[in-house]
Amino acid sequence: MAGLSELYQNVILEHNRSPRNYRAMPDANREAQGHNPLCGDQVTVRLRVEDGRIRDAAFQGMGCAISRASASIMTAAIKGRTPEEAAELFHRFHRLVTGHPEAGNPETLGKLAVFSGVSAYPIRVKCASLPWHTMKAALDSPDL
Amino acid sequence: MPETGESVRGGSGLLEPASSASSAAPGRLFSVDAIRRDFPILGTTVRGRPLVYLDNAATSQKPQTVIDAISRFYATGNANIHRGVYALSEQATVAYDQARLRVARFLGASSPAEIVFTRGTTEAINLVAQSWGRAQLRRGDEILVTAMEHHSNLIPWQLIAEQTGAVLRAAPITGQGELDLDAWHRLLSDRTRLVAVTHISNALGTLNPVRELAEAARARGAVVLVDGAQSAPHLPIDVHALGCDFFACSGHKLYGPTGVGVLYGRAELLERMPPWQGGGGMIASVTLERSTWAEPPARFEAGTPPIAEAIGLAVALDYVDGIGFQAITAWEDALLHRAVELVGAIPGVRLVGTASRRAAVLSFVVEGIHPHDVGAVLDDEGIAVRAGHHCAQPVMRHFGIPATLRASFSFYNTLEEVEALARGLGRVREVFG
Repeated sequence: MAGLSELYQNVILEHNRSPRNYRAMPDANREAQGHNPLCGDQVTVRLRVEDGRIRDAAFQGMGCAISRASASIMTAAIKGRTPEEAAELFHRFHRLVTGHPEAGNPETLGKLAVFSGVSAYPIRVKCASLPWHTMKAALDSPDL
Repeated sequence: MPETGESVRGGSGLLEPASSASSAAPGRLFSVDAIRRDFPILGTTVRGRPLVYLDNAATSQKPQTVIDAISRFYATGNANIHRGVYALSEQATVAYDQARLRVARFLGASSPAEIVFTRGTTEAINLVAQSWGRAQLRRGDEILVTAMEHHSNLIPWQLIAEQTGAVLRAAPITGQGELDLDAWHRLLSDRTRLVAVTHISNALGTLNPVRELAEAARARGAVVLVDGAQSAPHLPIDVHALGCDFFACSGHKLYGPTGVGVLYGRAELLERMPPWQGGGGMIASVTLERSTWAEPPARFEAGTPPIAEAIGLAVALDYVDGIGFQAITAWEDALLHRAVELVGAIPGVRLVGTASRRAAVLSFVVEGIHPHDVGAVLDDEGIAVRAGHHCAQPVMRHFGIPATLRASFSFYNTLEEVEALARGLGRVREVFG
């Protein structure tokens, strides 16, 4: 039982029910699609990057509670950051969900820390990291 | 049982004497409790709960007799087969040949020469595509499959179609997940050279009327391949009664080990087919320039075959026949019936695939909740089901969903396990509400 409530922490369930930034973004200047062929999950991440900062971030798509909550929390977490900061955050998030204890001070990971339970479920790591990979691809793509 | 290899829902009486039981346990009464004791893994726990294993369409668990046979082979019987001029190699060769004979008997083949050991169903189908297909298919020839095939009975045909210029056609399925027979018959033509069809859909459980399809196909001069990966564990198979030219199945779904599968091929066809892999064991004579081929089945078994696995498979078939398909189909039918009743009644659950004739598979979605999340809740209860596209993406697309949950049953499952599944699904709403 502990395992399941560790995986699906209340914050995750809440973001799954009411995801933030789940919308089209007509003024986005970066976009990428992510696809997990194993489970059919699809996510589109859109960003507006101006003056070297991510001014806005949004996503759409279908996926499990973990991937949906991850996308929701990610879009909130990267707003206002530089692309380098977002990439660094992804790196630390990835360390967290793959069970590396030095992932960093949970306090500085903020809400992302709720994904710590994913590390006990290796098959779900891809669910949690799909939005991040997609965000990174959007950052690396040319302007729309 | 009205038709061999065709009846699933025929069984009605539970716990009937297994009158068809053969040598392994003559006259034994069907007792699921006794059967469960033969499978050591069924006594284990997962996440602190007794394992409820409902992923039998992916792979079945193994009885102790199979585990022992493999262990015994490696402990006291291991040697490579053929040409070993010593006792151990002779014994291994005899055991491997006997396994082939056992499989021939299980499938109703005329001769063990019609049985090729492969790595599994996938390799068996690729063998036919690459050997028969490469030799026989010409530009404009047609291959007819269905929209409910596992990727392993689709992609080998896509590849050979691309290589030969043949045209691949797929007959659609209905909203119930049944083959659209009218459409299938319309797609069958004098251009159809090969018909490939799954006996039972791994994603939906649909049982196809293979005998009828084979008859129509062969009347048009087409060769018929049946993907029996899902049917061989659940129905008595008689390749002659089915009227097919090729039949492919996997050892590991039949309570045997992984790494061994079977291709049945009608002798007349196998004899005319060229090799598809070259190596040791498949030749008659070799010079540096060219070689001549061994007769089937050796022609199609290049390299050291899965010896221990074939021997383990033969023991698994003894086990299955010991229970008998009459008892197996009756019990599995009862499990499926109860599952449809209980799971189908849960609010928000939609069954995917409701064919009138199906076997041992319950595919479903829970509205608004991703199959992976449902699967995680069930896993927390020790219940093993599969969540995903089941290597049948065209089927998922047909139903407009990315994935389903699939519970698939075996004769060792119990009604209590089906009830545990339904209870677990009830908990899904509590978590994701």
